[in-house]
Amino acid sequence: MIIAERKPIEDIRRMVEGHDRVLVLGCGTCVAVCMAGGEKEVAILASALRMAEPEKEFKEATIERQCEREFIEEVRTTSDGYDLILSLACGAGVGFTAELLEEHRVVPGLNTKSIGVAEQPGNWSERCLACGECVLDLTGAVCPIARCSKSLLNGPCGGSQDGMCEIDPKNVQCGWQIIYDRLAKLGRLDLMEENRPPKDWSAAHAGGPRRVLREDAEP
Amino acid sequence: METFEPRIVAFCCQYCAYAAADLAGSMRAEYPPNIQVIRLMCTGKVDPVFLVRAFEEGADGVYVAGCLEGDCHFMEGNLWAKKRVGYIKGLLDELGIDENRLEMFNMSSAEGPRFVAVAKEMTERIRALGPSPIRVRKEKKELSAGEDKRPVDETGT
Repeated sequence: MIIAERKPIEDIRRMVEGHDRVLVLGCGTCVAVCMAGGEKEVAILASALRMAEPEKEFKEATIERQCEREFIEEVRTTSDGYDLILSLACGAGVGFTAELLEEHRVVPGLNTKSIGVAEQPGNWSERCLACGECVLDLTGAVCPIARCSKSLLNGPCGGSQDGMCEIDPKNVQCGWQIIYDRLAKLGRLDLMEENRPPKDWSAAHAGGPRRVLREDAEP
Repeated sequence: METFEPRIVAFCCQYCAYAAADLAGSMRAEYPPNIQVIRLMCTGKVDPVFLVRAFEEGADGVYVAGCLEGDCHFMEGNLWAKKRVGYIKGLLDELGIDENRLEMFNMSSAEGPRFVAVAKEMTERIRALGPSPIRVRKEKKELSAGEDKRPVDETGT
């Protein structure tokens, strides 16, 4: 899922400056799971903003997803009369809401962090960089692109010490150490011996904004 | 607001603080009438939304009173509540509201006197801090809107 976290209240207040009627719009999928933009977070933020900006109106609404047309259409009528939408979705949701409700100004209430997992409640970590060509079959399903700070295909590097990465030896594990340990458990350390050629980064964002088409699914 | 009487909301677990309040009553112990008790099955039920909404509605102070740590009937509901109180303290700080207006307390059902002591402590703490800026603004707004609004010291709430 997409991991995000709320922007500081001060930044949000700056964005709502000059707007009297604000619709705080939550997204009930990824950002609800990481406790950043679901119905509850909308309630907390709207309440906080009503206290901070008593002259303004903050209406609460949450839709299932802000990255799908039909859900955004559900709030088209609700959004009438509001001069700003404060979207608590990931960057994709904020952008798509603005694209569809084009008569409104839409601003982000969250900072989008990564594609990741909920390791445990309150602890979300990055697991995928959406590089476009998955290599998890070669690495024991531990992603070298996302979990190695340098996205090395042939790791580890000299910055790996005691299983930790040199960028933050206390908190960041060495991705290649995790890969090594996993492959050892699987009895596939032979995969560590293979030299991998440079990756084709044009499949990643370096090749420009990406699109996936399925003719059979198109209307 | 010379006659300021704090309005304090207390979210109390029925197994400890609420029972302690009951005991305090049986003991004929007096505690400040500023406390509005809301009974919960467990303080683990305290959602951060409850705490924020209480302040938004004009509470001068809010506290959560749960079982002693390690004694929660639902294992760790009180520990969850403690963390949520901490989270909302951070939010209050961001909003420029003194975080001491919100607190977490622990007590057992046998501690009627402690319930009284906590109620007194919070009332005095909030009295010293003065009325919540949110409440002041809210009441000014209601007054200017011409609503029938008694002074805060006469509301009896």
